[in-house]
Amino acid sequence: MVGIVGYGSYVPRYSIKISTIADQWGDDASSIENGLLLTEKTVPGRDEDSLTIAVQAAKYAVQRAQIDPQKIGAVYIGSESHPYVVKPSGTILVDALGIGPNVHTADFEFACKAGSEAMFVAYSHVKSGNMEYAMGIGADTSQGAPGDALEFAASAGGSAFIFGAENVIANVIETHSFATDTADFWRREAQMYPRHGGRFTGDPAYFKHVLNATRIVMEKANLKASDFAHAVFHMPNGRFPRKAGKIMGFTPEQMQQGLVVSLMGNTYSGSSITGFSAILDVLKPGEKALLVSFGSGAGSDAFIFEATDKIVDVQNKAPHIWEQLKNNRMYLTYGQYVAYRKKIQFNY
Amino acid sequence: MREVAIVGIGLTKFGELWDQNVRDIFAEAALKAMEDAKINKIDSLYVGAMSGGLYNYQEHLASVMADYIGQVGVPAARVESACSSGSQAVRMGYYEIASGASDIVLVGGVEKMWDADDGTFVLATAADQEYEAYNGVTFPGLYAMMAQVYMQRYGLTREELAAVPIKNHKHAVHNPYAQYPFEITLKDVLKATKVADPFGLLDCSPITDGAAAIILAPLEIAHKFTDKPIKIKGVGAATGPIALHDHKDLTRIDAVRLSAERAYKAAGVTPKDIQFAEVHDCFSIAEIIVAEELGFFEYGTAGKAIANGEATYGGKVVINPSGGLKAKGHPVGATGVAQLIEATLQLQGRAGKRQIEGARLGLTQNMGGSGGSSVVHILEAL
Amino acid sequence: MANSQRYTREIPHRFRLEAQKFDDGFISLPNRYISPISGTRNFEKINLSGKGTILSFTIVHTPSDQFKLVNPYAVAIIETEEGARLTAMITDTAFEDIKIGAKVELIFRKMMQEGLSGIINYGYKAIVCK
Repeated sequence: MVGIVGYGSYVPRYSIKISTIADQWGDDASSIENGLLLTEKTVPGRDEDSLTIAVQAAKYAVQRAQIDPQKIGAVYIGSESHPYVVKPSGTILVDALGIGPNVHTADFEFACKAGSEAMFVAYSHVKSGNMEYAMGIGADTSQGAPGDALEFAASAGGSAFIFGAENVIANVIETHSFATDTADFWRREAQMYPRHGGRFTGDPAYFKHVLNATRIVMEKANLKASDFAHAVFHMPNGRFPRKAGKIMGFTPEQMQQGLVVSLMGNTYSGSSITGFSAILDVLKPGEKALLVSFGSGAGSDAFIFEATDKIVDVQNKAPHIWEQLKNNRMYLTYGQYVAYRKKIQFNY
Repeated sequence: MREVAIVGIGLTKFGELWDQNVRDIFAEAALKAMEDAKINKIDSLYVGAMSGGLYNYQEHLASVMADYIGQVGVPAARVESACSSGSQAVRMGYYEIASGASDIVLVGGVEKMWDADDGTFVLATAADQEYEAYNGVTFPGLYAMMAQVYMQRYGLTREELAAVPIKNHKHAVHNPYAQYPFEITLKDVLKATKVADPFGLLDCSPITDGAAAIILAPLEIAHKFTDKPIKIKGVGAATGPIALHDHKDLTRIDAVRLSAERAYKAAGVTPKDIQFAEVHDCFSIAEIIVAEELGFFEYGTAGKAIANGEATYGGKVVINPSGGLKAKGHPVGATGVAQLIEATLQLQGRAGKRQIEGARLGLTQNMGGSGGSSVVHILEAL
Repeated sequence: MANSQRYTREIPHRFRLEAQKFDDGFISLPNRYISPISGTRNFEKINLSGKGTILSFTIVHTPSDQFKLVNPYAVAIIETEEGARLTAMITDTAFEDIKIGAKVELIFRKMMQEGLSGIINYGYKAIVCK
């Protein structure tokens, strides 16, 4: 069967507390933390962007897969913060990792689900027999305007997944994608920050697509919630995925491992897939996991995976994501944060 | 080969020369040197300049200067070797006369640094652009990394390091051409704005506009131009690795040692014979390392020796009587030429209140980059 | 600052630490035709592991304009475990953890960009290993 042979995640070591942002704007920190169910979020260093994040995640994935990078036939990076508007991120990444030049690469954008669609296309290539290995990556340095609700969650990080047919650590059991034109969140050309439809991003957007994709993929696989060890849904905050999980019959215990949002925030294209990476860090042979992304605009990709015996061989070959989120953090002031994110105008 | 002498000198004030452009300051120094030698025609011109292109958007400097000093028609070439451009130009002039190709050569050095858009960037082009400057190195940063290793290995204290700029500022007090002719205290050095640890602003030579020019002639006819010709007794030059990380020992600058060995051999003298030296103290650690490479002090001892007064008047050897790059100023391309002018003034007994009694034999040392090039001249009073 | 053509040709060295190992043992990160040690012209291509030790460092407080956005920053001379020498900025590390002899690992980072519309320059930086 075809599935994941290597995976890796990376988050910058800088964070800002939600309370720091709330204090800046005179908001009540505890009610915001309680509303969003997150306490801090990651911030990219001054020399990081979605590409350097993708490179580090991809290096960890190759490290776990222990394959010759030259054998990777395709690389797709999903992000809504590609460093260039015109010029591929993918080519930079393949040169950084020693993949290619005989490689197919493309940059994807689909709001927060660009990462899972990169995985979907990579998986499909291997499944069709086009190539031996293909890599899908989602990484973002998410934008949120100062003072906007998004600022409390928009964060930085990413994950990479290499698909193959041999030495698979987690087989793909089933997939399903679900998309409609729903303008709940967007960013126009040359605009620094996205806009969103407030509560319109809830039921008509997030829940409609996430719940449909989840229901259909489980039906296709003939599985019920109790068949899974873990499930993860896109995490714009801590509240939405918990609610989606509860509606679909998942227990808090099944949801816990994937809820990296509490310390990571919303890494847009890197959100649900980094939660899934956290699940892979602990998934046991034979256990099943559900991954459902969501991208505004809007759509969801759903994957069902089942771990093989080989998963235990690779889990400790690269840093676990929860360890990265908990250890060695450097907390920024709001002033440092706006400078790091270039939210103030510099003169050079 | 013919013996070569300095028969005329000219120097501008060093500093922030807002009203003069690069041509003006060069012409001022060059015309002073021609007046000093009582000539109005030269056979050949060399111009030492690091970066007319980046500082002033002006290349082809040799022809520009030949034109603006009224010498159109003479052969002229610009010589570039980063911060040692000036002394390399002198070397070219020296060999042109020694070979018999010319009789009167004007060698000038110039840099108009205050026109720069980003002076730190310009100076960093003297490092390996792709593998040092690209990675954020600045020139103070390179010498700071030498200082870090030196201080740790030899136990040199921050206070002892500060003794170099303190001494050189003291020397500059009596130099009318100096950019900063005033004394500084230990507290000033230690409290100065940070530049690159362990250096503060007062460990670093300044940004300077200035020009210097000398007239070279064969020794055999030197008395036609001056009563006190100064003989260039020996010349030595050498290169070193362009990147500091390729120095085998980060506390050594091999090019300085090699250039000095060659100059001593050519002059038939030893370090013990040298009474004073104008050396390239671009940063406080540089004078210490150079003093060791020149053979004045054992490796690892120059810092403490300078702090103990061994490099000032009454000490073992007077280093940088002019105030050095630190206090006199460091208009990059002019510095190497200006060092020979200070040596000439000392050997002619024209150095005023900073005169070294009985000065007969002096040395100049000028280097480029983090030791990518070094030139030593040994000068003698006749 | 490096324009696109100058930047592109250095990519193998900066992105993948492609170096030359001469048969006298000298390792050069940028390409050379000849070893500065023995003059040998025989070499093999190697990729440095990215692990090394700090030989010296400084904290730069007065950068050129292109690095002002990361000011102040540390720069170090590093000897890699293969014996190659290189200069690299240190990132993601508290200044007090940077010491001569500290172990570092090279990672892929953004170095600078050519103004608002020029290319973005990537390369290696070092992180002190905890």
